Amino acid sequence: MPKRTDIKSILLIGSGPIVIGQACEFDYSGTQACRVLREEGYRVILANSNPATIMTDPDFADATYVEPLDVDILTKIIEKERPDALLPTMGGQTALNLAMELVELGVLDRFGVELIGADAQAIATAEDRSLFKQAMIGIGLQVPSSGIAAPPKELADAREPRATKAQLVAAAMVSAREVVVEIGLPVVIRPAYILGGKGTGIAATAAEFERLASLGLDASPITEILIEESIAGWKEYELEVMRDHADNCVIICSIENVDPMGVHTGDSITVAPAQTLSDVEYQRMRDAAFACIRRVGVETGGSNVQFAINPENGDLVVIEMNPRVSRSSALASKATGFPIAKIAARLAVGYTLDEIPNDITRKTPASFEPSIDYVVTKVPRWAFEKFPGQEPVLGTQMQSVGEAMAIGRTFPESLQKALRSLEQGRLGLNGDPGEVAYDDLTDDELVAAASIGTPDRPFQLERAIWRGIDLDRIHAETKVDPWFLDQMSLITEERKVLEDVGFAAMTRAAWRRAKRLGFGDAQLAHLWKMTEDEVRAARLAAGVKVTFKTVDTCGAEFESETPYHYSTYEDEDEVRPGDRPKVLILGSGPNRIGQGIEFDYCCVHASFALRDAGFETIMLNCNPETVSTDTTPPIVSTSSRSPTKTC
Amino acid sequence: MSAIREALLVLTDGTVFEGEALGATPAHGISTGEVVFNTVLHGYQEVISDPSYAGQIITFTYPHIGNYGVNPTDDEGRRPFCRGVVVREPARRRSNWRATEDFDDWLVRHGIAGIGGIDTRRLTRHIRDTGAVPGAFGALGEAADGSTVTEKSLQSAALAEPGTDGVDLVAQVTTEAAYTVGSDAPFRVVAYDFGIKATILRHLAGFANVTVVPARTPAAEVLARHPHGVFLSNGPGDPAAVPYAVEATRELLGKVPVFGICLGHQILGLALGAQTVKLPFGHHGGNHPVMRLRDGKVEITSQNHNFAIDPETLVDAEVTHVNLNDGVVQGIRATKVSAFSVQHHPEAGPGPHDSAYLFDDFALAMAGFHPDADLPTTPKPELVSGQEPHGLLEGHLRRPPATSITNTGGEV
Repeated sequence: MPKRTDIKSILLIGSGPIVIGQACEFDYSGTQACRVLREEGYRVILANSNPATIMTDPDFADATYVEPLDVDILTKIIEKERPDALLPTMGGQTALNLAMELVELGVLDRFGVELIGADAQAIATAEDRSLFKQAMIGIGLQVPSSGIAAPPKELADAREPRATKAQLVAAAMVSAREVVVEIGLPVVIRPAYILGGKGTGIAATAAEFERLASLGLDASPITEILIEESIAGWKEYELEVMRDHADNCVIICSIENVDPMGVHTGDSITVAPAQTLSDVEYQRMRDAAFACIRRVGVETGGSNVQFAINPENGDLVVIEMNPRVSRSSALASKATGFPIAKIAARLAVGYTLDEIPNDITRKTPASFEPSIDYVVTKVPRWAFEKFPGQEPVLGTQMQSVGEAMAIGRTFPESLQKALRSLEQGRLGLNGDPGEVAYDDLTDDELVAAASIGTPDRPFQLERAIWRGIDLDRIHAETKVDPWFLDQMSLITEERKVLEDVGFAAMTRAAWRRAKRLGFGDAQLAHLWKMTEDEVRAARLAAGVKVTFKTVDTCGAEFESETPYHYSTYEDEDEVRPGDRPKVLILGSGPNRIGQGIEFDYCCVHASFALRDAGFETIMLNCNPETVSTDTTPPIVSTSSRSPTKTC
Repeated sequence: MSAIREALLVLTDGTVFEGEALGATPAHGISTGEVVFNTVLHGYQEVISDPSYAGQIITFTYPHIGNYGVNPTDDEGRRPFCRGVVVREPARRRSNWRATEDFDDWLVRHGIAGIGGIDTRRLTRHIRDTGAVPGAFGALGEAADGSTVTEKSLQSAALAEPGTDGVDLVAQVTTEAAYTVGSDAPFRVVAYDFGIKATILRHLAGFANVTVVPARTPAAEVLARHPHGVFLSNGPGDPAAVPYAVEATRELLGKVPVFGICLGHQILGLALGAQTVKLPFGHHGGNHPVMRLRDGKVEITSQNHNFAIDPETLVDAEVTHVNLNDGVVQGIRATKVSAFSVQHHPEAGPGPHDSAYLFDDFALAMAGFHPDADLPTTPKPELVSGQEPHGLLEGHLRRPPATSITNTGGEV
């Protein structure tokens, strides 16, 4: 299908101010969408309240409104600009919610504005928990079983005399007990109409249930809780799906969480691709994701579907679905080289996947599923130190403020790279001054600590392995998959070998093995009580040098010209430096409080300015949410080489 | 895993890759074969046990292999017929509820040697540029039979390896005697075993009583079984090396509906008078986009082939599917007789289920060809896959009784 000619102008809503859960990834997606839609000849009207964004720069839209994002202002913008269509899927939850409000108030109908990408019905089906559950059950997918507990209607509605809160809670507890008998413990309690996860909790015993259910009912302004089967401890996965008007569906990326269910995926260490699924299971999940996007009715664009798998028997349940681009899709784009937002924008205006070229190979169409030949690990960064008194415990509500992404040929390599990219004082998983942090804990205390999701979990797991605590026990108590534990154990064992062998006896093979497990020279220097320079000099003398590989979406099956690379320790260095003068631009790493999207903005402009001045620019960063690491033309690179490297 | 055994992989052109031995240890210490690659992210067990890889050394582009172990139901052949595996990072510990055995133990049990720690991306880029090449690998030093493995001896072994052009590899993998699966189904199908995958049999057995016959079975013997349809299976190597199969197919055309997959597709093309060509490095992965020309629908497909039908030479047949990456013919349909085939793998195993409707098409072709027989004209609902996650896919996980075929192939 060619692009639509019945629409001429498109309104795009940005995600507004940076908040936890919504950062520069929506500048990345929105910027891509603006560029693509303008390239296609549409008039683009942009509304975003955040001026520290690339998308609000004058060149990116035909009309830009830096105004508060609320329905009144948007209504005025619509009235003035009269866009033919509204693309609500690029600006996170903010844009999606505003679009829904505009639909409900009749604004879009009044001015004849069509929702493209996802329509109101699809958004409602995905966003409303009970509608979504019914929809999934209707297509034969399993969801965690649940029930609602509330006081009887006549009591809740009674006016004379009005029931006290205590009476309402007591009455609702009767139905809560009935529900929990049906579902069985443990259960998650989710109060209705609350902000910030207030009153949410997991009850494993009858006593805990009594306490948490009452607290939850008390927290809910309508004295209502959802009681849901707890699948804490199950394995958690995400699939990034794309669909076009012709109903072609593809999976861009599978993601497996190292942290089991119970920790928000935004707060989990995640790995792409999925590591511990056989093809039979993976394909079942793929089919389920397609069934989900079709049933919800997202006609074009990208969606993120989250699943949980019972590690004991493979039972698969759908957790939720985001009918829009998300932080996960930004990660998936950077992890695979497939520009989800850009393709989603083209699909929204009528193209089909096979009509869009794959930017990276330029020889193959976008209607394919990326194959990767490396491992991507994302580690969140939190800011608990900024909030003394707040328990750094991770749960069902996202708390991280940023993330680091690392690419390696193996999981151990990418994990160590990601951990040191956090810039929080750790040099890797071990082999640094921070590794003694848990020395005063007993074995039992250490494993118990690691069984709670916290920013310290990877390091606690490593120390437990270091002490020789059985991996089966660590798995049983923490529910972290044994494959991940064994891969961490490779790092731990290597640390011991390196210390035992000692600097003087390092052979080329030994250097190579250490580097391939992701050990930085600084870690080795710490182990051997030397300087990093001495270590590096000896390593180079042994002939072990860094190599750069290319992200190409196809596992090297086809030639690619992508200027998108990562460092690793292999035989072959694929990157051939150009002969123009070069400037390396250092990005600012993971977003944190006091350092965020504005530095991404600076990097993009530095890259543009230097390129205009005739330099080849090399962007180095480990933050996957950034516009400055967008490798797809025309944002960073043009015909000139502008390699992006992840650290 | 035992102590590290340093090993080398050497290609005929002298390119050397350093790694470590894994899996079985051949008595003379060296494994040889044509080195190919596969880009699937999941499904190493299915790939390694697929008889179509006879004569080949399989390089996996995804670095971690063995993570979810192996299980008794994912084997595609009665044993692996490949000559070896090349990986970056073999798993030490497996994790998956379906697994019953470690990857390395499974390789040892089947006598398949491997080499790990290889820069498989460099190797893949090399093969991409030079085409699939013969190679040899083994642990350096003294082998069990007393010979010594060196870089030089490995290169000599690679040079002595004939490759797969014109070699009848089908003879090595086909069943010795006919056997039957899927008892009470409405259709009777005879399936030629050129290296048939278990997943294909599972699909066929969903709607047919299937008699699997050896590759050299004459057409007359097949027709004597009064089948409603004949299936031409996948298999290894060069279609020009199996003229007997082409001859038998030619005799069957017009007498009974024919459906072919992969090598079976090439055999149908040759039987219709077309010619095949060898591709530079073939298609080996689970992510190839194929367009169904009748409605422009794109299917993501599983692929494993080095040869393809030359569309210029097709007579009395039309192209039904093409590969969107490079335009290679992926499917044909005869215009004067009831016969169709695809180059990709609608059965998956491993790979996406997008093309599974082709099995329904086969059932419909049989029903249409025998209008007087009391045959169903609508496929069983569980065969309409891709859209319905609770139909066929559940069956995949539960694996119906037809599973037993995986281990009885040649012996029954």
